[in-house]
Amino acid sequence: MKNRSLVSINDYSRDEYLRILEIAAEFEANPRQNILNNTIVATLFFEPSTRTRLSFESAVNRLGGKVIGFSDSQSSSVTKGETLKDTIKMVSNYCDLIVMRHPLEGSARYASEVAGVPVINAGDGANQHPTQTLLDMYSIYKTQGTLENLNLFLVGDLKYGRTVHSLLMAMSKFNPTFYFVSPPELKMPAEYKLYLDNLGLKYHEFRDFTEIINEADIIYMTRVQKERFSDPIEYEKTKNAFILRNHMLKDTRDNMRILHPLPRVNEINVDVDDNEKAYYFTQALNGVYTRQAIIASILGLK
Amino acid sequence: MNDKKHLEVSAIKNGTVIDHIPTKSLFKVIDILGLDKVETQVTFGTNLESKRMGLKAIIKISEVYFLDDDINRIALVAPEAKLNIIKDYLVQEKKIVEVPDKIVGIANCVNPQCITNNEAITTRFSVISKKEVALKCHYCEKITDQEHMHIK
Repeated sequence: MKNRSLVSINDYSRDEYLRILEIAAEFEANPRQNILNNTIVATLFFEPSTRTRLSFESAVNRLGGKVIGFSDSQSSSVTKGETLKDTIKMVSNYCDLIVMRHPLEGSARYASEVAGVPVINAGDGANQHPTQTLLDMYSIYKTQGTLENLNLFLVGDLKYGRTVHSLLMAMSKFNPTFYFVSPPELKMPAEYKLYLDNLGLKYHEFRDFTEIINEADIIYMTRVQKERFSDPIEYEKTKNAFILRNHMLKDTRDNMRILHPLPRVNEINVDVDDNEKAYYFTQALNGVYTRQAIIASILGLK
Repeated sequence: MNDKKHLEVSAIKNGTVIDHIPTKSLFKVIDILGLDKVETQVTFGTNLESKRMGLKAIIKISEVYFLDDDINRIALVAPEAKLNIIKDYLVQEKKIVEVPDKIVGIANCVNPQCITNNEAITTRFSVISKKEVALKCHYCEKITDQEHMHIK
């Protein structure tokens, strides 16, 4: 993984996923290590994403590295009409690693081809956000003790949600059974179901939570956005079917944990927050360890 | 019948005949192969009768032979095209075009949010289906199918 950009979750093999999780566990046990001395990481956020940027910057700081960059394109030369290529070529001269967030899809792959240093994709439009997927996997691994043979519930917007698509692709290497819970308008696209069919993996589709929730090892919640519905009445009718409430969890498995990439709106009721099965805030903390692991591995330090 | 065909587009002594081109793709084929820059004689005909296609176009390029990789670039716009390699007025060899595994340039990505539609970048695709041609963008990873394919 040394010197290799991480643009898409498909850039890593099954063994490489496991290696990242192993290093993340090392950083969780010992989060502050001064291994990035004299290393400069550029965080280029062409669109704001405070949570992701702070997580990366915290990861670099915990490792003793320095951060340069910008937090939205208003404060960069993009406003003067500079191309992405020129910005990346220029910034490559100033740093050892680029972390990039950009609204256009494919921008990270392109940046990795023109940059003289490795690039970590921190989200390219609706396409990929591989560090999110790896931190999701670390959270699953930590709470279940394994990635193998799990019942994974993916809930909410399964049509446009890039996090669920990437998680599906990555976890499909560990023999899961998927349960898709979504309104019909936001169903898992056919191409992903075909992908699972070809691998011989099982999946089931549901229009709402029923007693099947008790089969879950992981419930991965996502936001159902009003804008995704062509018919606002349809949204009003369906939105309540996808809200997770505390009373629904009483007969769920002891090992079950609830994940959410955050930010949440109302899809997880606040009365779930105090349930020990609510894991989404710890999941965000896991993001820092996972990003430490990814950065250290790409820079050849682990 | 045969004689009449010869009159429609005259025969060449040496070179390549590209037959069974869909009429709407004629100028795209010319563009993709850069035939506007060829210095030898090029003749073409369009809206010619074809038993199989209804109407077709044909191009004859004198003294030029193509590499398979080059000629396969036209597969996106003329998947049924047939090539006759002509030497001394005789058909030396017949070839059909094949959709290649990778497409560089030629097609545009269907995704308006793709970086290739927003900055000057050569498009790159892997071909994920050859029968009903479907291309996966190397950059944004979205699929462009035959119906939405736009040739540059």
